Amino acid sequence: MRSVLLALLAKESAHGYELKQALEQTFGSAYPSPNIGQVYVTLGRLEKDGLVRGEDVTQSNRPNKRVYDLTPAGREAVAEWLDAPSDGPRLRSEFFVKLTLAPLAGAADRMTLINRQRRHCLNLMRGLTEPGHPEERGNRVATLLVEGARLHLQADLEWLERCQEALT
Amino acid sequence: MSRVETPDEASGAMIRTKDLRKVHHADGTDVHAIRGIDLVVRPGEFVAVMGPSGSGKSTVLHLLAGLVPATTGEIWLRGNRLSELSEADRAVLRRRHVGVVFQFFNLISNMTVADNVELPALLAGASPKQARTRREHLLEELGLSDRADTSPARLSGGQQQRVALARALANEPSLLLADEPTGNLDSTNTRDVVRLLESVHDQGQTILLVTHDARVASAADRVISLFDGMIVDDADIRPAYDSKNTIGSILDL
Repeated sequence: MRSVLLALLAKESAHGYELKQALEQTFGSAYPSPNIGQVYVTLGRLEKDGLVRGEDVTQSNRPNKRVYDLTPAGREAVAEWLDAPSDGPRLRSEFFVKLTLAPLAGAADRMTLINRQRRHCLNLMRGLTEPGHPEERGNRVATLLVEGARLHLQADLEWLERCQEALT
Repeated sequence: MSRVETPDEASGAMIRTKDLRKVHHADGTDVHAIRGIDLVVRPGEFVAVMGPSGSGKSTVLHLLAGLVPATTGEIWLRGNRLSELSEADRAVLRRRHVGVVFQFFNLISNMTVADNVELPALLAGASPKQARTRREHLLEELGLSDRADTSPARLSGGQQQRVALARALANEPSLLLADEPTGNLDSTNTRDVVRLLESVHDQGQTILLVTHDARVASAADRVISLFDGMIVDDADIRPAYDSKNTIGSILDL
């Protein structure tokens, strides 16, 4: 959340509610509607760390709003964040640990675990293709995210087949 | 008394198999491709069959289509026991009620795409006008309207695959059997095929397809997992959460 807010503020100064709206517009329904409280708390911390500067703006018939701007240190932090390599692929490691340990623990057999995980992946995939998903709504950023999630699920399912061949 | 032996007439199953087995003989050894499959598919169901390569997926489809005989066991399609039908009767059953898409497309290269798609409907007794209307609709849905007058030989693999699907659906078969119907398709074309399958499913057609594409499989009501020639899982598919929730949880900032 910190880096996201900094990146949005690199474009123009904004108050908390505007940042929440910008997030929603950019990522569409692929983003869990941000909690405004979380936005304000994060802005407060960024200000304490010297990455943003807040200024109260008086409004005639509404409460004051606090408008935030990036400091030079904040601008530097955004550049560093954009330049740094991001995490590589991560396996569903909890599932793999379960699969490995299941025979030792004497619980469900591996085929049962694999079947259950396959069902879960397929049900998630179905959730991504229900009517009203971003693809239907024409938000390109959200569509790409959904596409990425689908490809991950596809890879998970193919990997489950490999587990099945090797371990059962 | 003999009628009692076709229980599917009573159960109303579209497909029913009983201890279906297929042994291939290769180089003096027996390969047990299918090792005892009992399956019931009800009218209107959309079933996907998944499994690693060599698990017997395509063999099951070929057996159901009557393309190869079972070694032992029985298959009923719409209450007809395949082993009791003559080759000619099986052909009639397929032409009237079953649409089939295999991994090899068998399009007729000296006919246009349009004629290829219209042919099954005409053979089954549709009027030329009905056949044309249906063909136009299917090619439109699959993004191939501008290819109607082309020879299939001039199309890409993915385009030929979609023409083969259109041809299989031309006759509005009560049962569609398809082997990897999106095997050569990119993401956009896969989406078009999934939408078409969902729409024919909504119209009540029964679909059984083999796929490794999770997007296609997740459009089904039910996914059957094959492993080593046997069914190891048979699961109903339903969205894990409501759609908003799922999509919202993709991105974790």
